Amino acid sequence: MKMKKLGLTAALLASTALGLAAPAHADGTVKVGVLQSLSGTMAISEVPLENAELLAIDQINAKGGVLGKKIVPVVEDGASDPAIFAQKATKLLQQDKVVTVFGGWTSASRKAMLPVFQRLHGLLWYPVQFEGNECSPNIMYSGAQPNQQALPALEWAEKQGYKKIFLVGSDYVYPRTANLILKKHIAHDGLTLSGEEYVPLGGTDFSSIIAEIQKAKPDIIINTLNGDSNVSFFKQMAAAGMTPDKLPVMSFSIAEPEAKAMGPSLLAGSYTSWNYFQSLPGQTNADFVAAYKAKYGADSVVDDPMVHGYEDVMIWADAAKKAGSFDPKKVRNEAVKLGFVDSPLGQVKFDANQSMVQTGYIGELQPDGQFKVIWSSPAPIKPVPYDPLTFPGKSCGLHSNF
Amino acid sequence: MHESAFLIGQVFNGISVASLFVMAALGLALSFGLMRVINMAHGEMLMLGGYLAYLTLLVVPGPLGILVAMPVAFLGAAFLGGILELTVIHRLSTRPLDTLLATWGVSLILQQAARNLFGAIGVQVVAPTWLDHTISFSTGILSGLTLPDTRLFILLVAALILGGVALLINKTRLGLYVRAVNQDRPTAAALGVNARLVDLTVFALGTGVAGLAGVILALLGPVTPTVGQSYIVPAFLVVILGGLGSLVGTTIASLMVGLFTALIEIYVDVSVAQVLLLVFVILFIQIRPQGVIAVRSRALEG
Repeated sequence: MKMKKLGLTAALLASTALGLAAPAHADGTVKVGVLQSLSGTMAISEVPLENAELLAIDQINAKGGVLGKKIVPVVEDGASDPAIFAQKATKLLQQDKVVTVFGGWTSASRKAMLPVFQRLHGLLWYPVQFEGNECSPNIMYSGAQPNQQALPALEWAEKQGYKKIFLVGSDYVYPRTANLILKKHIAHDGLTLSGEEYVPLGGTDFSSIIAEIQKAKPDIIINTLNGDSNVSFFKQMAAAGMTPDKLPVMSFSIAEPEAKAMGPSLLAGSYTSWNYFQSLPGQTNADFVAAYKAKYGADSVVDDPMVHGYEDVMIWADAAKKAGSFDPKKVRNEAVKLGFVDSPLGQVKFDANQSMVQTGYIGELQPDGQFKVIWSSPAPIKPVPYDPLTFPGKSCGLHSNF
Repeated sequence: MHESAFLIGQVFNGISVASLFVMAALGLALSFGLMRVINMAHGEMLMLGGYLAYLTLLVVPGPLGILVAMPVAFLGAAFLGGILELTVIHRLSTRPLDTLLATWGVSLILQQAARNLFGAIGVQVVAPTWLDHTISFSTGILSGLTLPDTRLFILLVAALILGGVALLINKTRLGLYVRAVNQDRPTAAALGVNARLVDLTVFALGTGVAGLAGVILALLGPVTPTVGQSYIVPAFLVVILGGLGSLVGTTIASLMVGLFTALIEIYVDVSVAQVLLLVFVILFIQIRPQGVIAVRSRALEG
């Protein structure tokens, strides 16, 4: 009797375990992970990005899903903490058995998740512009590489005749690396670096930096400040009489939502470099903006990382259809072979090195909070994860391992 | 730009930063001096001031909006501070460590409330156009030096607040009570001073000043749910450095911190300057643990 009960329990336990281990798409659905910061400092940027990823999933489901399966997003909160990103990524892959994960924003969060995806053979779609200098077979990098955002900005500044360049940034890996690359190119192109200053993340006092700027008299400032520090910087620049129309500022971390929050009046006339602006022409973009506004409110705005997050989901679905499978390795191999697709960003595709081939745009902020595109790269730019001037001898090609 | 103009500019910047710190730290110094309460939600009073400025500017747009916002923010923050004192701080007055935890909780609640009410992304407060000018020097050794009106205005406001609070403490009957309770609470109470009411008034005054400071900070910085957090650390630093509870000490410590950072930033970048500032404060406290001004108080000695 006792033995029988024990056997029954064992059988029950085994079946539960089996249930957990069953493939994610057994019952006409397939699970994918959506891992952004829904709380903490980064929530300000990552919640809209999560919205865009969920919008893409909705749209695909409305058209019947992928390979006959409905996509079920498993949403997790990375809480603006790299350690939590790593922990939640493990949970998504091991416990929820998701077939892929869309997520991450800060480089720190990506660096924390990378070993998890490599160890568990998962595939992460990372949608934000970053500093390059990394190339993992387990990550699809759709955000700009330095040669698709920072270098086009420098190229544009050079064409405008700006010769003296002042670099201001938050003190962490992205601005430091981006500026390292910029400095190599400034020297290579015979321009002058008139100053380079960093403030800690969230820093609010710019009085000394502004004094340095007044002393150095640069032609243009390249700004890699992140988040709220931008508000302090532009307010204090304006107070010192240096508004963007008197001294041009090129920012890499200010897009439509930031401009809206900081007040376009403060930033009007400043420049930014992205691979997407809400104001881009084209029916695909108009449809995307309309769909986003319909779902999340008429006064919401969209920006570059959001569109990359959206397009990642779309390309993942296309690649899975092509591969006839949700296996991460097969999906990845198809994704880099898809060729150019029409997207809100224009024509884009994933290159063999798993980064996106995309056009670079320079926008000028208008008083209504939207950017006017004033320059675009003549053709989509191939992504270069390792800048040859800064990291000579390193390259990133087609991965065979996974 | 002339080297000396640059140097004078940095001294001016240091004083300007000091004026921000003194406004952020004043309320903290007052309530700590009197009640030995470390109010972790003090930064959120600055944040509240910023949001009240935003709301006031919606109702009273135009050049005078910011002048209206200052008393509104003062009263709003003082009111909230009063409620906080009555409901939380007073009840935990004998358990200082618990006040630390409880006010930290209040700080989180207020941040989340701001996030829910106004959104995580922050609101826009623009300096009025009459502060859009700068005083520039184009000749002599000061050539190239610019003094922004906004910073001069902030200096003026900080001086007025400091003067007002000093007058209140040193020249009024309320001030007399405050000093009495500060020196020896049981004796003051025995002599008929309503120590309870003094606590409440001083706490509300301290948070009110923080609210007013929040309006001023919004002229130079962002208004977001977490903005208080960026000022609370330097504010604590100033209070500790200044000598707990001393007005003069707080003012001198603000100037020390402001000038130290501004002058050191001539040679190193802002990140390194922050490190050196902390090293400086640690060394200073090692040599002079009581801070710049030692306050004589039975409460501190006992």
